[in-house]
Amino acid sequence: MVGTFNLWGATKTTLFYLLVIFIVVESVFPFYYAILTSFKTGTDLFRVSYWPDSFSWGNYAAVLNTGSFPRNLLNSVFISATTVLLALFLAITASFALSRVRFRGRGLLLMTILAVSMFPQIAVLAGLFEVIRSLGIYNTPWALIFSYTIFTLPFTVWVLTTFMRDLPLEIEEAAIVDGATPWVIITRVFMPLMWPALVTTGLLAFIGAWNEFLFALTFTSSNDTRTVPVAIALLSGGSSHEIPWGAIMAASVIVTVPLVVLVLIFQRKIVSGLTAGGVKG
Amino acid sequence: MATDTLAPPMAMPGVRIKSELMQQRVRAARWFLLPMLIALAVVAGWPLLRSIYFSFTDASLNNLYGAEWVGFNNYLRWTTLDSGKTVYRGLLVDPKWWGAVGNTLRFAAYSVTFEAIFGMIVALVLNAEFKGRGIVRAAILIPWAIPTIVSAKMWSWMLNDQFGILNDLGMRLGLLSQKVAWTANSDTAMTAVLIVDIWKTTPFMALLILAGLQMIPKDIYEAAEIDGVHPVKQFFRITLPLVRPALMVAIIFRLLDALRIFDLIYVLTPNSDSTKTMSVLARENLFDFDKFAYGSAMSTLLFLIIAILTILYIWLGKVRFDGGDR
Repeated sequence: MVGTFNLWGATKTTLFYLLVIFIVVESVFPFYYAILTSFKTGTDLFRVSYWPDSFSWGNYAAVLNTGSFPRNLLNSVFISATTVLLALFLAITASFALSRVRFRGRGLLLMTILAVSMFPQIAVLAGLFEVIRSLGIYNTPWALIFSYTIFTLPFTVWVLTTFMRDLPLEIEEAAIVDGATPWVIITRVFMPLMWPALVTTGLLAFIGAWNEFLFALTFTSSNDTRTVPVAIALLSGGSSHEIPWGAIMAASVIVTVPLVVLVLIFQRKIVSGLTAGGVKG
Repeated sequence: MATDTLAPPMAMPGVRIKSELMQQRVRAARWFLLPMLIALAVVAGWPLLRSIYFSFTDASLNNLYGAEWVGFNNYLRWTTLDSGKTVYRGLLVDPKWWGAVGNTLRFAAYSVTFEAIFGMIVALVLNAEFKGRGIVRAAILIPWAIPTIVSAKMWSWMLNDQFGILNDLGMRLGLLSQKVAWTANSDTAMTAVLIVDIWKTTPFMALLILAGLQMIPKDIYEAAEIDGVHPVKQFFRITLPLVRPALMVAIIFRLLDALRIFDLIYVLTPNSDSTKTMSVLARENLFDFDKFAYGSAMSTLLFLIIAILTILYIWLGKVRFDGGDR
């Protein structure tokens, strides 16, 4: 009897670990395979292999030295960073007001902000196109910085509001007794406490802006103004039948590695930021 | 802000005198909210209204300002022929549009269902204590961190009919009898899209569910253990009801995301009628076919459909977003 019981326990453990291994492999494999492919050139590309068996920097050299990909990278960095700074700047004061001050219509305002963050982007595409054209920023980075506010701002406001709501009342009381104005409270009292939250929200907003595709595809029209997702989507070879898979994979790896590294470094913070945006509400 | 009374910063219930301090804070709050509200109005409110307006005009890409009001013509118009037969035209009788609506709803239903199930499994695994849990959590963050466009390209290479590794693997394991053109074939295109989407967004679902699971007190399970409740029964009687609020919110976030899907389908299966969603079709009309007004009508309907589904879901599922007061 004891023997069979142990056998059942061992089977359960084995099955559990098989499931764990499956989850890890299926999560990581596509990215691993992209890296593998990015180091293959010529006919090696069209030979399926599961392990690294050929190695060449050719695709990376091709992507970085020809065409406008380096320029696209710079565009993406500039646009994402500016969008995040702008959103954080607008969101800090707004979330202070939403989390620490009681006023009529606060609940409604929060619901509206949540609604905007869930907005289908396509619903505003036509109107945004008109606004961007009339502002004269079509096909410039500013068109994207402007339009990305639609999803970075509600998100940062929402997450920072839930974070600020949890800060203890006492620190603020002490500042008020000392005669601090709300502005001083934000900059001197809250900001030093908030930087972990700011880093998390900023990083998530950065990833959102970095990955955005629909606006970037619509509001830019030349190779030099595109961001990397659009550049990768439109990367094509000499003829239409010849898709440069090696170069596409090299570009993909270049774009993704920094993100994966950042996400793994800030793992815990990102998980808490995501759940604050989603579950805690 | 010179005040000599120690007034509470947040109004306490029962404080009768609305202090000078409180008023000052509310005034400051208004100024603090103003920049954000202006930004949202310019970037979301106004464009939404303009898009809806365009859908009632005959605007075209090069003639936005000379557009004339045409009423509901983009949605539905009819002409009666001499023979007495009435011909209906417009978005509401456009088979392409209803095809796209069907594709979108099918995609949303399948992807969210599978993501909820797989997300629950991954979350339960991560909620258990075992060696290497950190590695699993790090691993599942990778699909989430990869840009959608990149994952679409990665998978379209893996799903390639001639040189794709999935066909190779399927043949080796004997699961496939011949190579399949996953993304090009209209029977399998939706499956391909679903595979990539489920792969990419299950981690998000899992993390949200995990946050819910971790809020369940451990002693409930201890009590169930003592009473000899079977683990499967524990899951359905304890875990599922208690994790339901987190699960519902996760599902609604994903559902709204799925209903507006654009980038994955645009890159993975371009020009395939069996996967074309509302967003893809609307953008095509707006910018590629120079039917700006017609595309605006599509985006307006998409907005309405999403709004109605959201309200229905929140109402039927009794989801509560406790965003209001602390």
